[in-house]
Amino acid sequence: MPERSFPLPSQIEAVPGAEGWEAMYPYFSRFQPEDDQRFWFYNSMHFPEVMPAFDAITSEIPYTAIGANTARLFSFPTTLGIEYRIINGRVYITANPVLDEAEQGKRFAHFQERAGHYYGNWDRIYGEWQQRIEALIADIEAVEVPELGDLDPLEVVTGGRGIASNHYVRENFHRCIDLYSKMWHHHTELLMLGYGAYVVFFEFCKQAFPEMGDQMVARMVAGMDVTMYRPDDELKKLARLAVELDLADLFVEGTEPAKVLSALGERGDAGARWLAALEAAKDPWFNVSVGDGFYHHHLSWADDLTVPFAALPRYVEQIAAGEDVTRPTERLAEERDRIAAEYRALLDTEDEKGAFDQMLGLCRLVFPYIESHKFYCEHWFTTRFFQKIRAFGTLLAERGVLLEADDVFHLRHVEVEDALADVMLAWASGGTELGARHWQPIVAERKRILETLSGWSPPPALGAVPEALNDPAVKMLWGITQETIETWLGGEDDDGSTVRGYAASPGVVEGIARVLLNVNDIGQIREGEVLVCPVTAPSWGPVFGKIAAAVSDIGGTMSHAAIVAREYGMPAVVGTGVATTRIKTGDRVRVDGDRGVVTVVG
Amino acid sequence: MTTPSVLHFRDVGIGDVPTVGGKGASLGELLRAGIRVPPGFAVTTAAFRQTVEHLTVHGEPIPVRVAALDPTDADGLAAATAEVRAVLESAPPPEEVARAVTAAYAELCEECGDPTLPVAVRSSATSEDSAEASFAGLQDTYLWVRGAESVLEHVRRCWASLYSVESVTYRLRRGVPETDLGMAVVVQRMVDARSSGVMFTRSPLSGDKSVVAIDASWGLGSAVVSGDVTPDSFVVSKVTGEMKRTVAAKTRWHRPDPSGYGVVETDVPAELQDQPSISDDEIAELVAVARQVEAHYGCPQDIEWAVAEAGASGENVFLLQSRPETVWAEKDRDRKAAPAARPFDHVFNLLGGKRPETSGS
Repeated sequence: MPERSFPLPSQIEAVPGAEGWEAMYPYFSRFQPEDDQRFWFYNSMHFPEVMPAFDAITSEIPYTAIGANTARLFSFPTTLGIEYRIINGRVYITANPVLDEAEQGKRFAHFQERAGHYYGNWDRIYGEWQQRIEALIADIEAVEVPELGDLDPLEVVTGGRGIASNHYVRENFHRCIDLYSKMWHHHTELLMLGYGAYVVFFEFCKQAFPEMGDQMVARMVAGMDVTMYRPDDELKKLARLAVELDLADLFVEGTEPAKVLSALGERGDAGARWLAALEAAKDPWFNVSVGDGFYHHHLSWADDLTVPFAALPRYVEQIAAGEDVTRPTERLAEERDRIAAEYRALLDTEDEKGAFDQMLGLCRLVFPYIESHKFYCEHWFTTRFFQKIRAFGTLLAERGVLLEADDVFHLRHVEVEDALADVMLAWASGGTELGARHWQPIVAERKRILETLSGWSPPPALGAVPEALNDPAVKMLWGITQETIETWLGGEDDDGSTVRGYAASPGVVEGIARVLLNVNDIGQIREGEVLVCPVTAPSWGPVFGKIAAAVSDIGGTMSHAAIVAREYGMPAVVGTGVATTRIKTGDRVRVDGDRGVVTVVG
Repeated sequence: MTTPSVLHFRDVGIGDVPTVGGKGASLGELLRAGIRVPPGFAVTTAAFRQTVEHLTVHGEPIPVRVAALDPTDADGLAAATAEVRAVLESAPPPEEVARAVTAAYAELCEECGDPTLPVAVRSSATSEDSAEASFAGLQDTYLWVRGAESVLEHVRRCWASLYSVESVTYRLRRGVPETDLGMAVVVQRMVDARSSGVMFTRSPLSGDKSVVAIDASWGLGSAVVSGDVTPDSFVVSKVTGEMKRTVAAKTRWHRPDPSGYGVVETDVPAELQDQPSISDDEIAELVAVARQVEAHYGCPQDIEWAVAEAGASGENVFLLQSRPETVWAEKDRDRKAAPAARPFDHVFNLLGGKRPETSGS
């Protein structure tokens, strides 16, 4: 049998027409010749689309924080951090294992002391964490883009401040980057330890009950925290209010949000009351990204009402028909406890039951954080962060450096500082910014390159096949295991009509596929379709009510989307690697959530 | 008190292995647990002993004759055991034994309302020694046997199988006294099986106790047990009821001979081959019964079952046999998860990497 391998990084050529893409990303994100010897996989879970130049910060900074957490703060014995590379606009990652046993031993002693401190004081630390992250959110919300008027306000002089407004252009921009970095340090602060606790319970369950589906482990610990369900719950409340106020007729599938809003404006007191309720719900609950918070164009519900308004008609209809759409939290909690109790009862000895109790208990201790951190970090903070960067883009557009505000996202963050320096100088000197001539052609070229790169299908992995993949963070966070790699390697053999992944939510259905590469197109989804996407993000939850099944390229069975799919009782297959390239919108597909298989049947 | 030649299932339980064998005792025990099993009786080990001591070969009772054989004389052994088997199968058993079996069969016919009730005649071992069991043909099963004469004939055939060359050689070499030899025979109303199979109350592949694993195929269970067919497989979670379902192409089945006597092995009609051999309701009923049996015995079970052609759904499921699962029971002892001093010590144990045993907590 020939040695199995993925393409080597050095064998990947620039997509024709996209030559020069490298300039969009930092030099330290480029593949090196020696990288051919290592195994890299495409992190399409977090980065399902081509990275615009600014958005590459969402790989640079998170990996700076994650690696610091595992390698330098908590001293995980077997792993340092994660390295990333960008090729043709796609992010590939690999983990740096610690192989030397003596080194592992040394790291282990520190790991026990440091991780022990966190586990031993988890509730207190998590409580403080929530305060710190909310303070960070307040900080990012408070960042202002200085106004560069003809003259600075008189108070700058009379208050003896001595520093003109142009200084704060760079300082405040930098503050955004610094706050974003701090947010990611806090994001990972508890995450890796949380995953560690989960992996322990997972491994125990798999050993004691080898037939247990991955999803069952998640089911025994999930659903403790309601934060991530709140946006959806708020929508349901708004739907109920629409019914109560006799406004149900305005919520029709396919109607644009702007039209619904203007129609509401013409419905007198009832319409005004509903609009007020909408505004109240928005902060903070509409600060939820339509993606996973890694792209500037993954707007929040507050930025763009398409997603919430796509979900409202169905809720309105259900509530009008007398259906109870509230999340049955008590029943879910009872079911979760029943499942755990029954598995426990199947264990042979009191010793095993004791170990099970400890591991489940630890999991349930850490899970509220695992479930809720996304809302605070990837959603609330990050959508605010992109709003602020966009505001600096507005400044650059007003000063003529860029054509429009969103063009700022086609500059690397260090290039944005350059452009802002141009503005700061020109305002000071009374001259003209030189950036228009410099940046506008670059932005135009990068937009064209991104367009070209978006048609590329990145291989799921590159480089040498690893002997074993045992880093728990890699296994759990990205849903990559030895089996995943085998699936990807085996993908060449079949006829192309079958796609395999994880059985994330049971059941078998057939339906028409809707392939969504860009989450902003989510409004296109119609009742009863099968959603096929690079990754299912938590904020898509509301549209799960109308689809028949969900299929994703990447994702694990503990991903939020998998949990939501199970709650909706809808089949889901995740982590297929190739679903969006194999399946076309309009294909009739059969989704087998019991076995993790998707078949194109017509 | 001497043991009677025949005991009805309803009169025995798991403690009666020495008199009615493992199968007989298990069927009695299942009845006591309220499980639906086809009615029947066991021809006891007492009837067997009485018979072999009553019958003579060259003037010697069978046990005496066999004990004197030389295990190293292959030709002599072959001839002598053939004689013993011929006598057992053809010479009339003691009058009392014949009468008891005939009467018990008549009673069973009466009970089931069929004067020539078809029955299964199966050997029922008293020994746990599986090697002995396989040599001794203790797995003998005769299906669709009708009439008292034929029942008696097949009972004697089961007995005779204890005197195969291999079986006798095995006993002589191991020094098993012939006087200790015992075998019971179970006579059980035949289930007119539409589908049958086996099931384990844990996964036979992984040992997982949270599932019931069912193998099922069309017709009689002998097709599944003999490996004549690749059965459908249903693995059902005891906790959630979720099921892994693999419907196989079932090409062969064992069916009652059209004459009503014996079994024929034929091709499954094309239109049935790819159909699931049991319905979801029947799967649910099997799982419920399996869990009931497991709870009754307090340990995982290996169960043979059949779904009758006739009868209301749910009421047409019968158990034919249940015995403790033994393969994984051995391996269970190796597992050793135990509570740690602190819950998070489990994290250290898993993520700690390689280090001297003493450095763990």
